[in-house]
Amino acid sequence: MNKNLLWKLLFIVGTMLFFLFGIFGIPKGFSGEALLTALTDHIHLGLDLKGGTHLILQVQVNEAVNVDAQNAIELLKDQLRSHKIDYTDISQPDPQNNPDRLVIKGVPPAARSDLRSIVLERLPEYDITTGASDTWNMAMKPSNLTDLKTRAVQQAIETIRNRVDALGVSEPTIQEHGLGQYQILVQLPGVDDMTRVQEIMQNTAMLEIKQVMSGPYSSQAAALQANSGVIPPDQLLLPGNTLGGRAEGEQWFLVSRVSAVNGKDLKRADPSTDQNGQPDVNFQLTRDGGQRFFNFTSAHVKDSLGVVLDNKVREVASINEPIRDQVQISGHMDAQAAKDLAMILNSGALPASIHYLEERTVGPSLGADSIRSGVRAAVIGMLAVLVFMLIYYRGAGVNADVALIMNLIILLGFLGWSTIAGVNVAITLPGIAGVILTVGMGVDSNVLIFERIREELRNGKTPPSAVDQGFSHAWITIVDTHVTTIVSAAILFIFGTGPVKGFATTLTFGLLANLFTAVFVSRVIFDWVLTRKQRGEALSI
Amino acid sequence: MEFFHDVNIDFLGKKWYFLAFSLVFSVAGVLSMAFWHHIPWGVDFRGGTLVYVRFSHTPDLGQVRALLDRAGLHDPKIQPYDQPSLNEVLIDLDIRETSEKDLSQGRTKIINALETNAPAGKEDLNNASSLRIKNYVMDKDPMHLGTDADAKYTAQTQAIVDFRDKVHGGVLNSLDQLKSAAGVDPAVAASIPDGFFLSDFGVRNVEIVGPQVGGQLRTQAGLATLYSLLGMLVYLGFRFEWIYGIAAVVTVFHDTLITVGAFSLTNTDINIKLMRREKLSDIVNRSINQTLSRTILTAGLTFLTVLALFLFGGEVLRGFSLALVIGILIGTYSSIAIAAPILVAYQDWRIEKGKRPVGMPVAKAK
Repeated sequence: MNKNLLWKLLFIVGTMLFFLFGIFGIPKGFSGEALLTALTDHIHLGLDLKGGTHLILQVQVNEAVNVDAQNAIELLKDQLRSHKIDYTDISQPDPQNNPDRLVIKGVPPAARSDLRSIVLERLPEYDITTGASDTWNMAMKPSNLTDLKTRAVQQAIETIRNRVDALGVSEPTIQEHGLGQYQILVQLPGVDDMTRVQEIMQNTAMLEIKQVMSGPYSSQAAALQANSGVIPPDQLLLPGNTLGGRAEGEQWFLVSRVSAVNGKDLKRADPSTDQNGQPDVNFQLTRDGGQRFFNFTSAHVKDSLGVVLDNKVREVASINEPIRDQVQISGHMDAQAAKDLAMILNSGALPASIHYLEERTVGPSLGADSIRSGVRAAVIGMLAVLVFMLIYYRGAGVNADVALIMNLIILLGFLGWSTIAGVNVAITLPGIAGVILTVGMGVDSNVLIFERIREELRNGKTPPSAVDQGFSHAWITIVDTHVTTIVSAAILFIFGTGPVKGFATTLTFGLLANLFTAVFVSRVIFDWVLTRKQRGEALSI
Repeated sequence: MEFFHDVNIDFLGKKWYFLAFSLVFSVAGVLSMAFWHHIPWGVDFRGGTLVYVRFSHTPDLGQVRALLDRAGLHDPKIQPYDQPSLNEVLIDLDIRETSEKDLSQGRTKIINALETNAPAGKEDLNNASSLRIKNYVMDKDPMHLGTDADAKYTAQTQAIVDFRDKVHGGVLNSLDQLKSAAGVDPAVAASIPDGFFLSDFGVRNVEIVGPQVGGQLRTQAGLATLYSLLGMLVYLGFRFEWIYGIAAVVTVFHDTLITVGAFSLTNTDINIKLMRREKLSDIVNRSINQTLSRTILTAGLTFLTVLALFLFGGEVLRGFSLALVIGILIGTYSSIAIAAPILVAYQDWRIEKGKRPVGMPVAKAK
């Protein structure tokens, strides 16, 4: 055998070993079971095969912007007061869609430059421009606005990850969803309790402790009536929730707008039980928060305070003595709810609420069925092609079949290596379809080459030169077909979601592998066969 | 062995038949979409709620409809799914029942409506989550485990859930079946009937797509198609002549009109590519005949694998594999019947105008 050919053969064997390692690693044994374990360790199944839940969430980023704008208004009012500048009103004309737009009214013309320098110094992320008749318009700079929204999404991802981790979900995917604006993609393999997971993830967990000014009222109208139709500007009307066993909306409270302490002052929360053995949640405040809470409760002995969670009053208690750092939320929850609430409080608050845009749940029974039928289709399709090639091209058919099997090994090995590298390209059901399609298209290249070789032989060329001509002529065609298909697959990958991405990935790598196997490997086998033949002996094709 | 040796069919001479055939089907496709059946958008694109339910017996669709109607779910599409022996039903709720405020309400309503035999205070084991089951057995502690209960009961729960989902396909008929389940402790199996009952169905799969995502996906899919066509146009224009790209794109449009298959890209491409080697005009005919063996073989082999996918790949992939099957058939046809006449017509037109035909001997590529 010539030396060049030997090197090529060694290269092929090396490549195969490399990808076989990707598929199986070093298996514990060679029994079917050991190999299967090794295989499932290395090639990860997608959600549609394993069962689990796929969610797309929309972060209501404008809420985060709104919080920032509210702070800006407070700060501005404060500054104007301390600089003794008159104003009649600072408001948001469109809090729903453009919460960052502010309008300042009634600032005297003499105070112009003072107002500008206050904004420039204290609120540098805002632009200020003059509007009609002594009004000033403020809006957040576009780059700061985008930044704020992106940060809200990142923070939401972080918080959701904490919560999902606390639920003990293995291998979750939580990332920004490329298709939309400020959306998050969440994939939870093996999760079958969607309602609970959604509640836990959706919970903004905005915790505040506020002074209860008056209440409970039986309805919003009753609360208004008791206050002669106007709610004082420093108070809020909030509904009670599961308070004393009443449903949400049955009770209403007027609470102070300013919170004594909030979620940021929370050190940790734990589920426990109260003196009656009912589940409740205990939480500890930080040193700083505890000091503030102590000051607050000292000043308000005999007043009522309310624990407010997500703008709903969960607990009302009267202050009997100053409290430093232990607070409870009790009443009317089961042990699981107490555990969940503690977990949510510990994971931190979401910067904005989230809406669900899409939900897909695949039951594990369906996943198992899908694997079975997918593998069955792949095996049958593959066998059909292998047998056909053997019959149609005889000796050369072996060639094509070896190339095809190696193609499959490289493709699976690539998936295995992605796990080793930590990228985790999981195989999905459309991914299996991609494998099957690769088999069908992979064999195309061999057909092109073989047909060309046959043609050359028919024209009276010797086997070595027919093989040579066949490969060199078919090569450019093969590149053309592969490039166009890979371009389509790449676009599918960029624009597609979830399972379609899996299809595009396996198809692309299958085709790349095919360039190697159908052209290089198949050629080496031909050359090897030719070296063993006598001059002039016919080629089996 | 060899098929198609020395075939000589005058494909181009029949181009008017081909064009008439294609025109009829394209127009029929457009008219059907525009007037009668609309575009059959999948749930991804139109938004909505799909719930796939497996029953333990042959489902009575009329009764299912009545139950859903009573629960306030009006006009759902209810149809049998997969093979009849599997007792599966697909419930398709309109987008109006799919609000982004509470996305899963449709699913919850369906489950509640179908659980007709629910005794008070018991949960449905066929639709209970593993956490529910685990909390129950932890609470009951039928194995009287002191410490280490959590891990043991987690394993017990997993065994019950696996038995239900993997051995029995998601639906149990009787709680007594648990006694024979591998890995389930007899004491645990005996404790289950106190807290659970069995409904006659299990939810296998749920797809809920809100209106916003539906719109987004439609845009993205449109863009993806557009960009891949552009990519093909540019590549073929760069490699050969722009008219090849255009012929290919027109062919793809033709195919898409008739079917939904985008797969014709490959076939179209191979064919045009092979024709490039020789001089054009009447050579195209010879070219088609010469490459016929290759075209039919390669398309046939791909068809073989895709057919395996269609026949054996299961219900989930049925739509996808059907698109591929039809796409390959139409794609092979159109690369012969549509792409080739466009090229020839263009050449004739150029020659009439006294210009050198494209792709003639001075061609730039090898």
